Formats: sequence, C-alpha cells, structure tokens
Amino acid sequence: MTAQPLLDIRNLTVEFATRRGAVQAVKSIDIQVGKGETVAIVGESGSGKSVTSYAVVRILDRAGKVAEGSISFSGIDLVTADEAQMRDLRGREISMIFQNPRAALNPIRKVGKQIEDVLLQHVQATGATAREKAIEALTKVKIARPEERYDAYPFELSGGMCQRVVIALALACQPQLLIADEPTTGLDVTTQKAVMDLIVELTRERGMSTILITHDLGLAAAYCDRVVVMEKGRVVETADAADIFRNPQHPYTRKLMQATPRIGMSLADLLPEASSGPPAQARAPQAAPAGTEPLMRVENLVKEYPRPATGAFFAKLMGKAEPSSPPFRAVDGISFDVARGETLGLVGESGCGKSTTSMMITRLIDPSGGRIVFDGTDIGAIPAKQFAASPQRRRIQMVFQDPTDSLNPRFTAERAIADPIMRMSTLNGRDALRARCEELARLVGLPVELIDRFPHQLSGGQKARVGIARAIALDPDLVILDEPTAALDVSVQAVVLNLLEELKLRLGMSYLFVSHDLNVVRLLCDRVIVMRSGAIVEQGTAEEVLGSPKAEYTKELLTAIPHPPA
Amino acid sequence: MNDMSQAKTPEVEPVPALRFEAPPSTSLWSHARHVVSENPVTGLAFALFALILLAAIFGPAIVPYDPLASDTAAALQAPSAKHWFGTDQLGRDIFSRVIAATRLDFSIAVFSVALVFVLGGLAGVMAGFFGGWVDKVVGRIADTIMAFPLFVLAMGIVAALGNSVTNIILATAIINFPLYARVARAEANVRRDAGFVQAARLSGNSDWRLLLTQILPNIMPIMAVQMSLTMGYAILNAAGLSFIGLGVRPPTPEWGIMVAEGASFIVSGEWWIAFFPGLALMVAVFCFNLLGDGVRDLVDPQRRN
Repeated sequence: MTAQPLLDIRNLTVEFATRRGAVQAVKSIDIQVGKGETVAIVGESGSGKSVTSYAVVRILDRAGKVAEGSISFSGIDLVTADEAQMRDLRGREISMIFQNPRAALNPIRKVGKQIEDVLLQHVQATGATAREKAIEALTKVKIARPEERYDAYPFELSGGMCQRVVIALALACQPQLLIADEPTTGLDVTTQKAVMDLIVELTRERGMSTILITHDLGLAAAYCDRVVVMEKGRVVETADAADIFRNPQHPYTRKLMQATPRIGMSLADLLPEASSGPPAQARAPQAAPAGTEPLMRVENLVKEYPRPATGAFFAKLMGKAEPSSPPFRAVDGISFDVARGETLGLVGESGCGKSTTSMMITRLIDPSGGRIVFDGTDIGAIPAKQFAASPQRRRIQMVFQDPTDSLNPRFTAERAIADPIMRMSTLNGRDALRARCEELARLVGLPVELIDRFPHQLSGGQKARVGIARAIALDPDLVILDEPTAALDVSVQAVVLNLLEELKLRLGMSYLFVSHDLNVVRLLCDRVIVMRSGAIVEQGTAEEVLGSPKAEYTKELLTAIPHPPA
Repeated sequence: MNDMSQAKTPEVEPVPALRFEAPPSTSLWSHARHVVSENPVTGLAFALFALILLAAIFGPAIVPYDPLASDTAAALQAPSAKHWFGTDQLGRDIFSRVIAATRLDFSIAVFSVALVFVLGGLAGVMAGFFGGWVDKVVGRIADTIMAFPLFVLAMGIVAALGNSVTNIILATAIINFPLYARVARAEANVRRDAGFVQAARLSGNSDWRLLLTQILPNIMPIMAVQMSLTMGYAILNAAGLSFIGLGVRPPTPEWGIMVAEGASFIVSGEWWIAFFPGLALMVAVFCFNLLGDGVRDLVDPQRRN
C-alpha cells in the first residue's frame, strides 16, 4: 500500500435521527483503501456496512448525517465538500453498483442510451462519439452482440445481463474507486461467478480500487485482498483475505465464519460450540426401506404457459389471434419420489422450474399434465381452487422464502400461526387456540411473549420462526421449504436450519427443500434433484450428486460457488 | 421435549442489529399523539373534524335562533353581537342556519362515501383479485362513468331519479365509483400473489375469505385516505347540486342553497349571506383534504412503531 491511501475513513460516526433519539449506525470506524486494492466490508444486516458506503458518496437519506470523523478521497474531504463538487466526483471518480440491477436502470430507456447519458454528463464523449463509446463499454463487460443490446430495454435482459450493464455504467468514466453494494445478491451462482470475475478483472486491468460490500464471507475471501468485518456499526477486525479464514481474531468473525456453510461440515457445526447441546447425531439417510410406498410420487409432471402472441396485437384486437407458437414449458415432464421422513433437495438456477414445481406440489397452481400421487391419492386431479377444502390440504404445507412478505402485516404472530388451525382443525375456543399457538411458538423457539406482536415488530429470524410455526401447526406430512433462509443473515440461517432439521426428526415430516444454495442443500438434504430448463438433469443421494457429480451442469454449479480458502 | 429445543436452538436475539426492527408495541393513543406532534397540520385537521362532528350532532340543539324562523323586521342585518353572521332577506339568523346545515351536508357526505366505499371498494378488490371477466366488467363500468363530465352526470341522475336527499347521496356515490374501484383494483392486484396470501391459501382459506381477511384489511390505509379526500368532494358536490336547485330545497338550511340565495345580494353589499355558508363549505373541504394524510399515518401498521 502506498503511504497515502486513496480513500481514508477516519473515526467516522454516522447518526440517524429517529423517533427514539439519535441512533448511531456507524461508530467511529477507520477504513483505508489503497490504490488498486480490493477491500471487502463484511457484516450482517444492520452492521452499518451499507451506511458507510453511502456516507462516502454522500447519499445518506435525510435523517442520517456524519456526526464525527473525516472521509478523505485522494486529498478531498468528502464530508465538507459542497454538493457541486460531490456531483462531479460521483460517477467520474467514485462509482457505485447496487444490489438490484433492474432497479438501478431506467426501465423505459434503452440501455445504450443510459450509458451515453453518463458519458455525456461527465464530458467523456460528444454526441458524435457517444454511441460508439457506449458500445465499446458494453463490449468491455462482455455482453454478446453489443450493437444489438444497445437498443435493448432493461426488461429484455436477464438479471446477470442487467448487472453487466450497471457495471458498464459504473466504469464508463474510468473511476478510481468502485463501490459494489451486494452486487450479486439475488443472482444465480454461475452468474455471480461471471459478474464477480468481471469486476475483479476490469478493476485489476485499470488499477482501480474496489470496495465490495457483502454479507458473504466466502465471496469476500475469494475475491478481495483485504476483509473488514463490521458488527453493530463497529469494525471488529481487518485482515488479509488469506489470513482471515486461517486465523480469525475476533469472536464475531469466528462466529460468522462458523455459520457459513462449507464442505465437510455438519449442521450442528454451524452453531457456536457453547450452545450446540447434545452431540449431533450423524445425519443418517432417513429414506424408508426399499419397497415401502413413498409419501409422494410425482409422475411426468408438466406445466405449460401460453406464449404471448408477439406482433399480433391487431389480429388479437380483431379477435383473429392464432395460436402461433407452442406454449412455454416451465416444467417439462419430471418424475421423482419423496420418501417418508426424507429431505429431498430441489436445486437449480432461477427459471429452471423449481418454484413452479413446488407450487404445483403445494397445489397452489394446477399442473398441465402428469400426476401428483400423495399417499395413494392423485391430488393433481383436484383443482387448485378446490384444494383449500380438501382433507389433504393440511398435510402439505410450505415455508416461504421471504418471511416478511409471507406474513400478513395486519395479523399478529399468534393470529398468523392460528390461521391454519382455525380453518382446518376441530380445535375450538380461544384458550385452546392460544395454548396451541404458545406450544408451537415454544417448539420453534419463538419467545412466547412475542406472539402478540405484529410482523414489523419482529426481527427477520423471529418472522422466519412464525412462518415455520404456521407451516407445522397441523402436523403436516410434507413441508415444502422454498429457500427458507435466503433472506436471512448467516448466523440466523444456521439457527433456522438446525431448527428445521430438529423439527423434522421430532415430528416425522418429509421436506422438499427448494434452494439455489448448494452448500445449504448439502447440509440438510438426503437426496438431491438438479433441475435445468424444466427438466431433471441429475438425481441421487446428496453425497453422490454433490460429491461426484455426473452431469456437466451440476459440475458447473459446484465450481461456481465461491470457495473460501480452507 | 422442550429442553432439547432450547438447548439446540440458541436465541437469535444476540444478533444486535435486529433490535431496531423490534421496538415495543405502542398503544393507538400514544401513536396518535406522535402522528399529531410530527405534523401539526394533522392536529388542526383533526380538531376541525371534531368541530364539524360536534356541529353535526348537537348543532340544531345549541343554535341561538330557530334556523327556519323568519323575522322580517330584522332582515338583511350585517354581522353583529346579536347576529354573529348577520341575517338574510327573511331575517333568519345565518349563524344558526350555517351550524344547523352541518348535519345535512355532513350526512350526505358520510352516507355517499360509505356507499361508494362498499360498492366501489368491493368491486375493485374483486376485479384486482379475481381478474378475468370480473375485472373486465368492473373496468368497463368505471370507464363508462368516467366518460361523462362527473358533475353533469350527477345532475342527470338527480334530475332523472327525483329531487331528494337520497338521490343526491346515490348520485355522489356513483360519480365517485371509478375512483374507488380503480384504487382498490390496483392495490388488490399487487397483493394477489403476495407471500402472505399464498400462505393463507395453504392454511385452507377460500378465495372469498382471502379477499376479506387478507387483501381488504391491507388496502384499508389507502382506502381510508381515499375516503377522507372524497368526503370533501362529496360535500362540495352536494352543495353544488343544491346551488343549481337540485336536491335539497329551501327553506331547509344547506350550505349550497344559502350560497345560491345570498349570491344575488352580494352586488348590493350584503356579502355575509353568501360568505359565511361558503366559508363553512371551504373549511369542511379543507379539513377533509388535510385529514387524508393524518388518517394514513394513523391506520398504517407499518408506521406504528
């Protein structure tokens, strides 16, 4: 590192004015980023990692302000710089990439034009050369057929492609510092790898400095030179990426590392030693002995969606639309079994049909073909609309991906848990209902005094527990877990995964675990199905599929996971 | 059984940042105080609303003069200590008439808004939730109503159905229908596939129950704002109809009629006859428009922390 770091944050404190007085989101932190250095800021939600970056580019919202400290960027004090100076720096000297690429792009403007806007704004191009330079920028971020993509609107591009456009935007003016705020959250692993490789390659090539803000310690260690770990608004540890896994100093870093699923761990390993309780029993395959009838047998399941007739607007208007193209097959004839007491993992990238499959199995949507035989009954034949009244309804339940979205904001936790009981059981009376809800809350480790709260008064982990309690309220036989920990911090994820495993053993349920996170699947599942484009690519036991994959695609998925140095 | 779960599932709470998300719950009253203290204009709107409500309930009982009693000896008197707002051409006390009229104008607004909330809100929620032909039918009905100049449509309805308070209420409700149907449709449509609706479906709720327990309560904050805004509009609409001689008939005290009656006296200098009922009308509309923001802050559970 040079004597004068490019970005020098000293003793920075950021305060937010709230109803309960000022809250310090960032407490006297020091971070230095040298020229050409890649630094990761790692922490869980609320650690202050994003706020730090917002303070650097001065885009804190109105309630927030820098209370103390200095931020100097190649000699300029960013805390006292006036707005005109900041405007000039943003984009030209310091660029930012945000989490949701689609939200960062103007949906009604061609992506090429959006790149031109930035170039023209910072006088990097003239009207005559703008188009050429924009295409050049698209080429640099490895977008195939850039001349064609220049005219594309954001909605016509995939998430990964949009993120590349955002990167092209951010790098268009050759900034000295790039701040990437969770740039790959929400992207598939293979896309994540491609995007991260691209960022690292481009920044190396230009000698840029990069700050990567992430919750994923593995990603940070795999792509960055140095890692800054933040907790509760404080920097608890700063170390070289190579060292941090080998020799973590701070207890919080150790806890975070431990909670990150890796190869060769068991579920109980994710939890801090102090609380791991009875020695975890080796996860023996729970599959029932051969010959017994599986709990669920899915045969040749198909879901088709009609393709919108393109360019036939007037024909449609005249009532003359013809079924021009064959319908889109989201799920293309898949067959599998779920044994009693087993956890089956359903793995694939976005758009592979795994969510459609789980929606059909939970009978929220109707399949276009095939059979779903549940405990001897073909439940696929019962229309989804009538399934609510079916006696099978209570036996198939689901835990949703986003615990916030899946709770009615106007229902208390108790009311949410009680809902299936009120609809589908014979349990009667307020007291009995309350008692059952409290019992369920205790079962999922939700403090009983919290069950009168509304969802927005609960933390992410607590909301996840409410969702789980609701799903198991009627002792279902099959629970579909739709990425139940995707929206949670790793330490919370570790606890929730252990809870799910324990509940399964205790209540004798089967799980269908839908996920894109192979590390988590490895921990929880007995058998794994890998899906791609609506079809099953590979299936087998978790050790087989994830240990010695046969299909090319599975191998590709496995290599795309960022592996922290072991 | 339980000791095992406690042993194996340590508390998530130590993750400290989550503290900010989980403040202790507060009562509605303290929340209302907070809303008012944050925005004094809301406080003013609520105070005005209380005043209007009091006038509507107790007005006819507490006014100094009989609002219908004429006293030709005291006709066309300017505002004085005896007659605060002056008297009209028949010697009726305008202050008493303005206060007494509150009940009628307020009731027309309340009933028409209640009616359109039920009809338009429900139709809109159904259109957004079920989609398909329900959506098409509701959408076309709304389009048809929107195709008319709304006040002219209201005039037409009252003229066709007959000059009565009930028909004013009906006409006001009908012209507001598209507003409610569209807002409710948009909000319901967004929430149709929300996680909590899917979860409720899995809990064995029928479509109708989903609509009533999951969707409707969640669009109430938006609908409440809408109701508050249309209240002002409904009052204005009722007064407008009376002004042109439809609906309420003299000598019933009503702000619109009083403005109409006083209008001819403005040129001769007796401004107070039209001015005070007009002022009352303005204050009422102003109050309901301001109330919208306050109501949203109050009923939205997300803001109650």
